[in-house]
Amino acid sequence: MDFATLVFWIVAVILIGAALAVVGLRNIVHSALALVIVFAMAAGIYLLLNAEFIAIVQILIYVGAITILILFAIMLTRVTSGQSTNPVSKQWWLGAIVSILIGVGIIYAEMNSSHAVATVGGSSPLPGNVSNVVRIGQLLYSPSSYSYVLPFEVASLVLLVAIVGAIVIGRED
Amino acid sequence: MGLSLNHFLVLGAMLFCIGLYGAIAKRNAIAVLMGIEIMLNAVNITMVAFSFYNHVNANGVNYSGLLTGQIFAIFIITVAAAEAAVALAMVISIYRKRNTVDVSDIDMMKW
Repeated sequence: MDFATLVFWIVAVILIGAALAVVGLRNIVHSALALVIVFAMAAGIYLLLNAEFIAIVQILIYVGAITILILFAIMLTRVTSGQSTNPVSKQWWLGAIVSILIGVGIIYAEMNSSHAVATVGGSSPLPGNVSNVVRIGQLLYSPSSYSYVLPFEVASLVLLVAIVGAIVIGRED
Repeated sequence: MGLSLNHFLVLGAMLFCIGLYGAIAKRNAIAVLMGIEIMLNAVNITMVAFSFYNHVNANGVNYSGLLTGQIFAIFIITVAAAEAAVALAMVISIYRKRNTVDVSDIDMMKW
């Protein structure tokens, strides 16, 4: 067992355990803190997959911003009914059955389909001295025929609309 | 035994169904949102895994520079951040009006 495989198993076990803690814990603040572990371990998976930029963005946006946003929302709201602040609905067993069936279906489909990409080996080094971050920058900004300039600009518009919408919806009136 | 694509795909699928359970079985609206964030992360892991293993095709053409899966992951993160901001604003707005975040009680639009 090589080093990458060992790291993968450790990170994957912590990731699944923390995700189960997010949906299983009875206190919503504990769930939100377990969510931090989920996001940080997902960043570790991205590092294993040679995606340094995605890993950094994951830490900055998910661990840094979204979790703080969720914690603020938890502080601003309060659950009054019952003891638990993170209760399950009456049909939780139905939800568990449905999600297990969907998960088994996805895994079955993944195991039995012929992938268009290679399944072992991993990506070869990028040509020249181009790093992952440089390559993503070229793909997002350079005005060549197969870059993503237009979707990138549309994404900035989406963020602007989301900011304005969040202010309008959350405003006291 | 080295790592293969299936390791990451199965990890993503397991994470997705855990998030799906959180999204459909929880009563706190913020917990539902956390389940959705886990589902989006599972999809991102799958995207980046496909990008990592998409290195060379049957004809020997090198695809290593085409990081389409990672670009997709960046856009998913962008949309997830926008979605979290709007959804939490809605949760706080509903809490201010109805004094609850229980999705079983928020049924104003139920016919």
